[in-house]
Amino acid sequence: MAAMLQAIGVASPSVAFSDHYNKSSVSSIRSFPVIRSDARSSSGSIHGSFKPGKIITKATATQTESSASAASKPGHELLMFEALREGLEEEMDRDPRVCVFGEDVGHYGGSYKVTKGLAQKYGDLRVLDTPIAENSFTGMAVGAAMTGLRPVVEGMNMGFLLLAFNQISDNCGMLHYTSGGQFTIPTVIRGPGGVGRQLGAEHSQRLESYFQSIPGIQLVACSTVYNAKGLMKAAIRSENPVVLFEHVLLYNLKERIPDEEYVLSLEEAEMVRPGEHITLLTYSRMRYHVMQAAKTLVNKGYDPEVIDIRSLKPFDLYTIGNSVKKTHRVLIVEECMRTGGIGASLTAAINENFHDYLDAPIVCLSSQDVPTPYAGTLEEWTVVQPSQIVAAVEQLCK
Amino acid sequence: MACSATAQIIQPLSINSARSVDNSGACTKILSPSSFLGSTPRINKKLFAVNKSISSLARRPTIVFAVSSDVVKEKKLKSNSSLSNLLITKEEGLELYEDMYLGRAFEDMCAQMYYRGKMFGFVHLYNGQEAVSTGFIKLLKKEDCVVSTYRDHVHSLSKGVPAREVMSELFGKTTGCCRGQGGSMHMFSKEHNVLGGFAFIGEGIPVATGAAFTSKYKREVFKEDCDEVTLAFFGDGTCNNGQFFECLNMAALWKLPIVFVVENNLWAIGMSHVRATSDPQIWKKGPAFGMPGVHVDGMDVLKVREVAKEAIGRARRGEGPTLVECETYRFRGHSLADPDELRDPAEKAHYATRDPITALKKYIAENKLASEAELKAIDKKIDELVEDAVEFADRSPVPARNQLLENVFADPRGFGIGPDGKYRCEDPKFTEGTAQV
Repeated sequence: MAAMLQAIGVASPSVAFSDHYNKSSVSSIRSFPVIRSDARSSSGSIHGSFKPGKIITKATATQTESSASAASKPGHELLMFEALREGLEEEMDRDPRVCVFGEDVGHYGGSYKVTKGLAQKYGDLRVLDTPIAENSFTGMAVGAAMTGLRPVVEGMNMGFLLLAFNQISDNCGMLHYTSGGQFTIPTVIRGPGGVGRQLGAEHSQRLESYFQSIPGIQLVACSTVYNAKGLMKAAIRSENPVVLFEHVLLYNLKERIPDEEYVLSLEEAEMVRPGEHITLLTYSRMRYHVMQAAKTLVNKGYDPEVIDIRSLKPFDLYTIGNSVKKTHRVLIVEECMRTGGIGASLTAAINENFHDYLDAPIVCLSSQDVPTPYAGTLEEWTVVQPSQIVAAVEQLCK
Repeated sequence: MACSATAQIIQPLSINSARSVDNSGACTKILSPSSFLGSTPRINKKLFAVNKSISSLARRPTIVFAVSSDVVKEKKLKSNSSLSNLLITKEEGLELYEDMYLGRAFEDMCAQMYYRGKMFGFVHLYNGQEAVSTGFIKLLKKEDCVVSTYRDHVHSLSKGVPAREVMSELFGKTTGCCRGQGGSMHMFSKEHNVLGGFAFIGEGIPVATGAAFTSKYKREVFKEDCDEVTLAFFGDGTCNNGQFFECLNMAALWKLPIVFVVENNLWAIGMSHVRATSDPQIWKKGPAFGMPGVHVDGMDVLKVREVAKEAIGRARRGEGPTLVECETYRFRGHSLADPDELRDPAEKAHYATRDPITALKKYIAENKLASEAELKAIDKKIDELVEDAVEFADRSPVPARNQLLENVFADPRGFGIGPDGKYRCEDPKFTEGTAQV
């Protein structure tokens, strides 16, 4: 698999420094090898086997066994931040144009240790410790991307990237278009976001809703160790600017992933648990709340289908649509705010495209439109909890 | 201007009169490791040593400010000796003249076209500031990068973007340098390394810093023999913006091959520079970050060129960035929509006497570098070029509907997967521009 990936059109590390810009032609994209998950297999399975129509009675996703069984070697176990690092390191080895910008990414190894050891390996210029100037170093990444590099920008906390909003919106998103296609901006902007454990309002922000309207960028959210590494690699290889949302509470998730190289598709959603009664759409940390609720629901006799949408912009309407056509009921569970959130856009998209297939109105469970409080109890009530999910499903499936 | 160290409210008129006094003032020549020929002499001869505590790595010379008298240039005029004493050769003189005349003729044509309804939106003209663009950009190689603001037509022309492409872009035609998608404020050229064209001031400075970073990266990571420099052009208003300061810091910190060129035309739309800035002397902000800050008369292309040579040379040799403040003036309003009522007519009249093109013509004539006929021939050639550009733009096609979605993503898979399982960009309606994405 790795050999195949490397053979097909993939640049070798000794790539000539000239940029291969051509006006994008649809025919050229087919050369990029991408793993499209078999929509009906469990998450991340490469050789997944699944008989159509069979209902899986297990509540949790068979993620560990499937990704391991897919590999010919046993795979290796690691934590999510290590997987992100592994993905980044593999890409930096493969392409010397890949570099990292961010605060404390170099000597400190990153606020969540995603870049630990990389500065020692690649030097201070490839893993650049920037001063505290988000707007400017993000703009610097844009300028570097326009002149041939492939920077990965780390926001120490995604919330800090609000300071870089000017550069992300105007320059990252727009310059390919306003330059008439002359310049590409292959940047990755990543960092930890989401509601943590009593981190206070400003460190608990969900920026996916703020960024989603920006034309020209893609948003992805990783949720498992397996998809974290795959999405990191895909984001770096993409010619588009990609914002990769990681979650502060998921960095210590442990999972076994394949030894072989794999790259996931940025535009696809992930089927976590196939079912028949209701479609639960979620992403990032809420996936775990949903799966916890699913356990309870299965015990109560329901059969929920859980999809991790992964791609926040654009939505994978194929996977989502097939699910809606099967179950006819949709519950969206997300961590971002109610107003103008990803759930709101998703509700609109499903209503527009699959209205005829719905037996009930779409329900969207989001965080309260509240600055995340510090107090533990209040914080718990801002975010969607499994019990609320169970109640909503029961209500919808009446 | 009266260069006292204490903060003072300086009235606009007194700056002008003080500035004209400056040019004739003689002062001692103080040469430092990097001397800036042509830069404006300081009346109080204050030297700005880099704070020793900053340069703990002792990477840069302690004296980052140098003074050189433009009396040098005047001496050369008076001596009237052989051509080798002059600042420019005949070829260079004609090149500079042609470039400045092109800038002026083009911008004048833009104004005409705008009022005839061929060009729309916000159009910001460069009349009066040609010396800065020509003085700097004519020293660059094709691989060097230029980053500008919304006042970017002339920077693009100086860098080598054909007048046809710029005019087409302004008319919004597909043959424009950005396929008609950018417009007046977003001129880009991959071939000529013009990295934009930015509507928000200050937005381009980090992009320029990034381009300079790539140059350093090529040298140190790829081990290539790369001495490409980047020039960032921006105005006096930008110098109060955070991105300016943040980039001065980073450029000096990593010794990036960049020159920050401030086109101080004293006005940010209707906001006078002194009303917006606590210390109006922008060049002083360079040494605060550990780079030389130089002030130069931006209405004199030869002085600008001398300073530019040194600044660009510094960057090429890996000595780091420079901040150059060019005192200049725009003869027209901020944009074609600006009624330009706030500026004192006396101020405008004063700067009209310092028209850079007239000044160069005078220099060429006095030093017998070229004849009147040769200059007229250049005028004619450029006038025809600009006419041709307009005709080309006029007969070029407007963008068709199918162009609408093409350049949103470099990889159009970014539009996602549609309900039918295929990528949206594979939908035939997508290439027609009618798909809903």
